[in-house]
Amino acid sequence: MLEETAIRVRNFSHYFGSTQILKDINLEVQRNEILGIIGPARSGKSTFLRSLNRLNELVPDSRVEGTLEIEGRDIYAPETNVVELRRKLGMVFAIPVPLPRSIYENVAFGPRMAGFKNKNKLEELVVNCLKQTSLWEEVKDRLDSSALKLSGGQQQRLCIARILALKPDFILLDEPCSGLDPISTAKIEESLRQLKKDYTIILVTNNTKQAARVADRTAFFLNGELIELGRTDNIFTAPKDQRTGDYISGRFG
Amino acid sequence: MKNLQRNEKLVQISLLAVAFSAVSILAIITVFIFEEGSPILFKHGIKNFLLGLNWYPTEQSFGLLPMIIGSLFVTLGALVIGVPFGLGCAIFLTEFSSRRLRQIIKPIIELLAGIPSVVYGFMGVIILVPFIRKTLGGPGLSVLAASFVLGIMILPTIISISIDSLQALPPSYREGSIALGATRWQTTKMVLLPAARSGIIASIILGMGRAIGETMAVIMIAGNAASIPRSILDPVRTLTSNIALEMGYASGEHRQALFATGIILFIIIMILNWIANITSARRKA
Amino acid sequence: MHLDPRAEQKIVQTILWLFTLMTISVLFFIIVFILKNGLPVLNIPFLTANPQDMGKSGGIFSTIVGTLALTILAILIATPFGVGTAIYLTEYTRENRVTRVIRFGSECLAGIPSIIFGLFGFILFVNKLKFGWSILSGSLTLAFMILPTIIRTSEEAIKAVPRSFSDVSYSLGSTKWQMVTRVVLPSAIPGIVTGIILGVGRSIGETAAVIFTAGSALRIPTSLFSSSRTMAVHFFILAREGISMPNAFGTAAVLVIAILIINIVTYRIMHRFIRKYR
Repeated sequence: MLEETAIRVRNFSHYFGSTQILKDINLEVQRNEILGIIGPARSGKSTFLRSLNRLNELVPDSRVEGTLEIEGRDIYAPETNVVELRRKLGMVFAIPVPLPRSIYENVAFGPRMAGFKNKNKLEELVVNCLKQTSLWEEVKDRLDSSALKLSGGQQQRLCIARILALKPDFILLDEPCSGLDPISTAKIEESLRQLKKDYTIILVTNNTKQAARVADRTAFFLNGELIELGRTDNIFTAPKDQRTGDYISGRFG
Repeated sequence: MKNLQRNEKLVQISLLAVAFSAVSILAIITVFIFEEGSPILFKHGIKNFLLGLNWYPTEQSFGLLPMIIGSLFVTLGALVIGVPFGLGCAIFLTEFSSRRLRQIIKPIIELLAGIPSVVYGFMGVIILVPFIRKTLGGPGLSVLAASFVLGIMILPTIISISIDSLQALPPSYREGSIALGATRWQTTKMVLLPAARSGIIASIILGMGRAIGETMAVIMIAGNAASIPRSILDPVRTLTSNIALEMGYASGEHRQALFATGIILFIIIMILNWIANITSARRKA
Repeated sequence: MHLDPRAEQKIVQTILWLFTLMTISVLFFIIVFILKNGLPVLNIPFLTANPQDMGKSGGIFSTIVGTLALTILAILIATPFGVGTAIYLTEYTRENRVTRVIRFGSECLAGIPSIIFGLFGFILFVNKLKFGWSILSGSLTLAFMILPTIIRTSEEAIKAVPRSFSDVSYSLGSTKWQMVTRVVLPSAIPGIVTGIILGVGRSIGETAAVIFTAGSALRIPTSLFSSSRTMAVHFFILAREGISMPNAFGTAAVLVIAILIINIVTYRIMHRFIRKYR
């Protein structure tokens, strides 16, 4: 039986060199929820997200303290398979980054790297993922054309489809709609609501209204600290911390 | 996971080994050239080599001074042509021409760099040498001819590096100067050139290195007389042509002497490289 | 005499323009001259027949074969090492003393005159390793000569690949090696190919290093250990010994045309490459 708590973060701090970006974070992520993370720039939201799939390690002099358990396992333990971890936590970035290849190749990229060989099954997988992001209807006739020709919103949905192909357990999104028009944003938000059934989603956003629309629970980060975490309606109507209320109402940001 | 880490480590180590190939080759070249050439340097004395006036290999006389002076004259002559024209072109292309023009002309100049040196030498022999002989006298095969052709050959080097140096300057230098009422030329003369000085000097030094190292073109047009030239119309032999001319049939001590010439050449080039490195390092700092 | 600055600028501008014009004219003059005298000599027999009578008559076929053999082999040897070095410097390490040593080695190598390479190739390959005057000796020497060029252009090409691509690759669960081979290298190929083509251009025109390592045999090479003459060497010998002016021009024309094609191809590739990432 799968536990309710998918991710458990205890006394977690993150340093780049001597600068401390994350200060003693304690939180839990529930299975199959959408957790929104809001906060002003430089609050550590993205750093936290990238700690979950250990992408921060690509930066030199990166160091962590505390524990970060995913599915009950400390992901910073030395025997962790980082490559496998990153497949389990698919990440979507702020600016869509389609690889300079065809639409099909983009989605097939992850599985291919993992050693997926069966051509038919691969095709099935690609179609499936494109359907899950509502992209299938729009691109089914041009799977072999370059992904760079898609619109911004379509590219971002492609990036989501790309990580779905690896059958992750978690979807991490770092301000995914920041460059997109309202219609594309709405489409992606709708996709997230659908995907929630099968995945646990963590969404970093600098658009508080987006968190209000989409997230089940919301966390407010400020200066590397977790200030408040609670059900979204509570956070937005009756925040416990003064600073949370100030940020949401736009008194600073 | 251990397997993965081990494979990644393996890849990293193999690539490190590969990355050392250039350095290793440099080391091997140095070792071999010195190994072949030093015995005779010590046997006859370095001073005799560097300052000796007579190069008569058959009589065990290995004085390189005429060739050293020859290389020097020819290189300086090349700079006399290469620097004004090279710098002039670079300034024209960066400060006084449109982007369109620059896009057309730059590749053309790069084409100049691609033409084999033997073709330059050939043109020199067919056109330049007779011209010099007819209008200025002398055998035509001369310091002048060699300087001229080498000057043209080093133009692309000086031009492209100078262009890079000038283009790397912040636009604020230009804007600030123009805003103070200076003309473009005044800006260039008083602000840009001094600021790009180290890059331009580096380009000139690299050009010198190319000129000193050139062999085939020089053999064809310089006359190859192993004596100190008294005027620019006299024939001359450079260190490089010395090696190339006689390597084909030299043996024993003669051959070693040619390698010794190679050592001298090598050292000169290394010194020039080092100076160029320092001047452009200063630019980056 | 103090000139009005604007007048001074006008004069300087005219002088600089003249300089540029003269420089370009020299290039055009060379190309036109060689082609004018060489094109008439170029015909199918010239390109497909072997040199006869020390090159006085016949064609240049064996030299074309020799040039191709040496160049292709040199590229095959130098490219893995050049690209490998570039990959190491950009993806597998930070700037430190080791990388500075590697770069220093590469830059010094780039500055060494070709005659020294010829000497070196002669001692090591022709004599010590007993390869003799051969395609093997010649191409190894040429490979050493073009290595720095390939390192430099490959490094630039790899650096130009956006970092976001590697982020994406890692986040999709790739190892570093997979990221390099499946994402970075494919995108860097145009730049790398440019460097290779530059190396080809240099090899084709190289004479001093080749003549002392590959020799100057006129027959078509039959094995790696055959001596062979390249077009550049053939041209040099024809011109210097005065064997045949028409044939010299013909060979020069082939060389110049080859260089022209190479430069145009390089330029087109670079242009498409730059446009992709702007």
